[in-house]
Amino acid sequence: MSENALLETHDVRVRYHDTHDALRNINLTFCPGEVTALIGPSGCGKSTFLRCLNLMNREIPHCHIDGEIDYHGQNINTKKQNLYDVRRNIGMVFQSPNPFRKSIYDNIAFAPRQHGIKDRARLDEIVEQSLRRAALWDEVKDVLNKSAYALSGGQRQRLCIARTLAMNPEVVLMDEPCSALDPISTHAIEETIGAIKAEGICVIIVTHNIEQAARISDKTAFFLLGDCIEWNTTEVIFNNPHDQRTKDYLTGRFG
Amino acid sequence: MTKSNGAETMKYSQRSIRHAQRNDKIATGVLTAIVAAIFVLLISLIVYIIASGANKAFDLQFLTSKPEQFKEGGGIGPELFNSFYLLVLTLLISLPLSLGAAIFLVEYAPDNEVTHAVKTAIEVLASLPSIVVGLFGFLLFVISFGWGFSILSGALALTIFNIPLLVRVIQQALESVPQSQRDAGLALGLSRWETTVHILLPCAMPAIITGVILSAGRVFGEAAALIYTAGQSAPALDFTNFNLSSYACPWNIWRPAETLAVHIWKINSEGVVPDLAAVSNGSAAVLMICVLLFNLLARWFGRHAERKLMSE
Ligand SMILES: Nc1ncnc2c1ncn2[C@@H]1O[C@H](COP(=O)(O)OP(=O)(O)OP(=O)(O)O)[C@@H](O)[C@H]1O
Ligand SMILES: [Mg+2]
Repeated sequence: MSENALLETHDVRVRYHDTHDALRNINLTFCPGEVTALIGPSGCGKSTFLRCLNLMNREIPHCHIDGEIDYHGQNINTKKQNLYDVRRNIGMVFQSPNPFRKSIYDNIAFAPRQHGIKDRARLDEIVEQSLRRAALWDEVKDVLNKSAYALSGGQRQRLCIARTLAMNPEVVLMDEPCSALDPISTHAIEETIGAIKAEGICVIIVTHNIEQAARISDKTAFFLLGDCIEWNTTEVIFNNPHDQRTKDYLTGRFG
Repeated sequence: MTKSNGAETMKYSQRSIRHAQRNDKIATGVLTAIVAAIFVLLISLIVYIIASGANKAFDLQFLTSKPEQFKEGGGIGPELFNSFYLLVLTLLISLPLSLGAAIFLVEYAPDNEVTHAVKTAIEVLASLPSIVVGLFGFLLFVISFGWGFSILSGALALTIFNIPLLVRVIQQALESVPQSQRDAGLALGLSRWETTVHILLPCAMPAIITGVILSAGRVFGEAAALIYTAGQSAPALDFTNFNLSSYACPWNIWRPAETLAVHIWKINSEGVVPDLAAVSNGSAAVLMICVLLFNLLARWFGRHAERKLMSE
């Protein structure tokens, strides 16, 4: 299985403020065209883990990441690693929609432009394509110059997904992308996840919604108090978990 | 039993609600009265100042002609120009410096003792009495550097006076941009600098511009920092003179330049012109109107920019 692994972590350990371990010994493998759900109770380190994968934790001064994070077989958790390259290829969608205070068009075109794409026609194409992939094009194609803040919460989140897709990432990290959204927007986002997975993108999603994890993911990892308790295909995790704690969590019998 | 109990609770809670409502009304009443008193006081002050100087303040002759030493009928032309010239120079120097310092402090500086010390120092500087800044400028620029009473000395003293305020304003504006905007930029592979310039600064711009205009009002009305730096004399200006070493050249930064605020102070302390009161009232009214305009401009701009940012 490791042969076609895109992203792999070896003994990843994260500490905040030198004192307590937020994460210990995380060994997970993520493959292209696969959706992995990270589940577990609040504060168990899911977001922390996600933020390791695109090195966003580097922005937190008192956060230390140990261990290896292999991307295409190369350890990216080194001082020399170019953060910008990593983040261009490993995109991230946040819990609360955070579009830029710019027009819808510029929200998507901004990063590609900064990365050197100046040709207007090419940018138009990127904007349209990204919005289509995020299932937002039909709703906004006539108002591309309006502020992103004229959109609803669900539309904003889809805009953020489109913005991430505009970079043509190989991996998309999502931290509870639907936690603030209604069922219809949630459904739209789940469709998008299915579609980009079919394109071969590796999706890693944190969710508190167990049904959502069951619906959309191929693999599931269960975290508890900084440990990854169990990691397996979603089918096994939900039908036949090996660890009693996983079973307890999934059946809601958790203290 | 349970029924009567329920009724009891109901009655009790209704009484406490009525109680709370009454307290609320009293509090609202008292606060409204305080605000109204302050409002009336301020408005009457402004109206009084402007009204007593109105006949001069709207007189073009007064606004453009040069002051008289002994006769009546002097104007405030050079003073008015000096005030604006010093303001522009001060902003030209202090704005880039403050912007850089604030960006560094908020976005780059490590969260350690040195940074804390610098931030505290800036806060202390922001509350430094302006006469102290003036005397410091006198010792350093006027005496040590030998620049004499000059626009340059004045502009630098005003810069020292203005930088802590501006840094704080810009710092607060940047800090109030949600962290999620930074995350969004960085997660797209943008550098910290790109994120700051293209995402954070536009978000912070309404607050920054409002702050700059308000600080401009303070600089414009400042007297104490200028008395011993830009000096108390206003050479007559000739706007056709472009000889930058001539005292009559308006743009010469080496000439002494009494501003409007200093002028008010000076004629009231040592003026001998017969129409002293009228000149003083007129100058005060002009100063007041300028500062009011700065404030209105700041409000209008802040609201306009905010609206433009959030929707369209
Ligand atoms: N910036 C930080 N500084 C210090 N400690 C942090 C920081 N971020 C997270 N932590 C700590 O790390 C632990 C894991 O937090 P994390 O946010 O990863 O949990 P989570 O599983 O995402 O929780 P939730 O489901 O509520 O989002 C928590 O104990 C938290 O207090
Ligand atoms: Mg989280």
